[in-house]
Amino acid sequence: MLSRTADHLYWMARYMERAENTARMLDVNYQTSLLPQSADAAESGWKGLLSISELTDDYASRYGAVTDRKVMDYMVSDECNPSSIYSCLMAARENARAVRGTLTTEVWETQNQTWLEFQRMLRNNSFQKDPGEGFEWVKFRSHLSRGVTVGTMLQDEAFHFLRIGSFLERADNTARMLDVKFHAMENEFFGSAGHHGKEHQEYDFYHWSAILRSVSGFEVYRKAYRNVILPEKVAELMILRADMSRSLAACMDEVVSNLHHVANEQSADTLRCAGRLQADLKFGRIDEILATGLHAFLTQFLDRVGTLGIGISRDFLVPVAP
Amino acid sequence: MTSNFDEMQTGRDQVREHYQLYDRWLSQQPGEVMRSRREEAEMVFRRVGITFAVYGAKDEDGSGTERLIPFDLIPRVIPAHEWAEMEKGLVQRVTALNRFLHDIYHEQDIIRAGIVPGDQVFTNAQFRPEMMGVDVPERVYSHVSGIDIVRAANPDGSGSYHVLEDNLRVPSGVSYMLENRKMMMRLFPELFSQHRVAPVAHYPDLLLETLRGVAPAAVNDPTVVVLTPGMYNSAYFEHAFLAQQMGVELVEGQDLFVRDNFVYMRTTRGPKRVDVIYRRIDDDFLDPLTFRPDSTLGCAGLLGVYRAGNVTLSNAIGTGIADDKSIYPYVPKMIEFYLGEKPILDNVPTYQCRLEADLKYVLAHLPDLVVKEVHGAGGYGMLVGPAATKEEIAEFRKVLTANASGYIAQPTLALSTCPTFVDSGIAPRHIDLRPFVLSGKHVQMVPGGLTRVALKQCSLVVNSSQGGGTKDTWVLEA
Repeated sequence: MLSRTADHLYWMARYMERAENTARMLDVNYQTSLLPQSADAAESGWKGLLSISELTDDYASRYGAVTDRKVMDYMVSDECNPSSIYSCLMAARENARAVRGTLTTEVWETQNQTWLEFQRMLRNNSFQKDPGEGFEWVKFRSHLSRGVTVGTMLQDEAFHFLRIGSFLERADNTARMLDVKFHAMENEFFGSAGHHGKEHQEYDFYHWSAILRSVSGFEVYRKAYRNVILPEKVAELMILRADMSRSLAACMDEVVSNLHHVANEQSADTLRCAGRLQADLKFGRIDEILATGLHAFLTQFLDRVGTLGIGISRDFLVPVAP
Repeated sequence: MTSNFDEMQTGRDQVREHYQLYDRWLSQQPGEVMRSRREEAEMVFRRVGITFAVYGAKDEDGSGTERLIPFDLIPRVIPAHEWAEMEKGLVQRVTALNRFLHDIYHEQDIIRAGIVPGDQVFTNAQFRPEMMGVDVPERVYSHVSGIDIVRAANPDGSGSYHVLEDNLRVPSGVSYMLENRKMMMRLFPELFSQHRVAPVAHYPDLLLETLRGVAPAAVNDPTVVVLTPGMYNSAYFEHAFLAQQMGVELVEGQDLFVRDNFVYMRTTRGPKRVDVIYRRIDDDFLDPLTFRPDSTLGCAGLLGVYRAGNVTLSNAIGTGIADDKSIYPYVPKMIEFYLGEKPILDNVPTYQCRLEADLKYVLAHLPDLVVKEVHGAGGYGMLVGPAATKEEIAEFRKVLTANASGYIAQPTLALSTCPTFVDSGIAPRHIDLRPFVLSGKHVQMVPGGLTRVALKQCSLVVNSSQGGGTKDTWVLEA
């Protein structure tokens, strides 16, 4: 298939996934901010969210102080914010429109309908009236977009590039989310184990369950561990468990298997990098990762995912000079 | 403009035979049902993204420059015997136009015979000297031809079909023909069980067959692509639609490159050779090395490959010389010259302002005439005399006298009307018809074409860029 077409498909899937993860983070923070005992947590959550997306400075210069409403406006409907849901959904739809002939009718109509409906929701201030409902809608449109892709598309190269885009973006987003959330808890997590009062225990519960909910992992956690919420188990679930569909391990499994389907003469090194990253997750142990430091591990992971993305662009997407 | 021909009704409340079944059905439909069907159609067109871009326009609702072409629910119906005759006329006309193109770029017999004046060809910007002596497969230049046909009222109340203009460069609109049918079948399935409507959905198949049929002779299993200027072009939807329906790649200029006298596209698995390019960009933009050097839409070196016969461009370069309005008046004579037949489809009587006698007549009758720029398209730069104010006519007179040879004029035809939904209910509106004629190893077409309708009362301009709409077109099988 055309390199340009593959590029549009890959970015269409990435932007849709990014819109979903932005909605997930916003939703969790919004839910947290509704709990009276966690106002501070909510504020640090909003700040964390901005720093995940590397938007702290841009936000501060245009919006000033951090408040629920303003951060949500900034991350939902700000046309100048490249990571807002607005920008992501528009970019997903523009990429889809550029290759609409390669997509099935159902996939294209889903993308187009999402964009049209989103604009209508903005006009009606739906996100201000009921943010939770709005975020839920974004998540469902993303589910629908992936589902209609799997359900209707021929499993050819186009399909594989869409999948690579989705899972590489998800790996990146999950790692960023984890990094910020664990960072906020670092002192308690690594320093003062065993000295928690009752109040702290409650706080911890809400904190960790919020992280889990942001990746639809709360019920999954209970099912997988049949245990109370323990931070190291949360980390293990989200990093290493291949059966948890938003974990880093699961994302890398998908990236690698789809990459194998599209391999070409020049992609050997990219495949090797991807395979090694996958193996590190497959054979890694959570106590080792925590011993070296979660932040260091996640930073390195994000670097490797970034390098992988550059390799994919170079080998498949950016037109090769004649 | 005293008499009028309505496609559905003859005179007072008498419904033509081929519309009777439909008319009975329509009279039984409650108003609100038709209204909700109209809304449904609009919703679906928007969701499917069947839109076109308007140059330089912005929508108030923030949806950018993507507009819907208004779709009218009442079909334009053509009886089988009329279509059979029209089809014969179209095959004849397009065959002659292709013969003319081959002749002009080779022996030029028709000029030597004194039928078409040489200066009309050689001084015409649409004549491409680069094409002289180039042999194209099957000697076909215009593989996809959009022939605009109108029905005008005769003084006795009957109507007759005329060719208003030929479109042999990159005629568009066929996707609307196909989508309109799909929409009608979705909204009113019961109508299709009551009527024997000739199907049109196989058009992409015929198009692919045509394009494969004109691949360079040495190629066994040709790779066909559709070349688009990109997603911001007004007809992008159609380019993407046709590529998808044919199952071929939709490429942009940046996806193509020339190496060793062949054209390749850049793919995820390396370069792949391209044999037939159904190009939807104008000649001027095809190859920056030969035509406009600032064009980023084409592919450098393409013309060299083309002249060497290693790639087929569809339509060929230089077809504009046959559909230019200054050449149009000669088409009936072309048909007699090349085929030895009488034209089946008439031209509209045309005054050539470059001729002194014609110009004199035109200047004396401006309020009754439609005056068109010879090289214009899309309904721009024309005067519709009966609809113009005194000031507009005076203004146009100056433009015309300053550059008489740039214009032709035609009597204001009483274009036939067809009942159409408007704000106040159902009212007659003027329509035309664009059948799409495919020429490869054979000349073929699907029955009917795209019916365009002027939604403004009394307006004769049906172009979508000027507020026109479309209708489904039914050829009723006998």
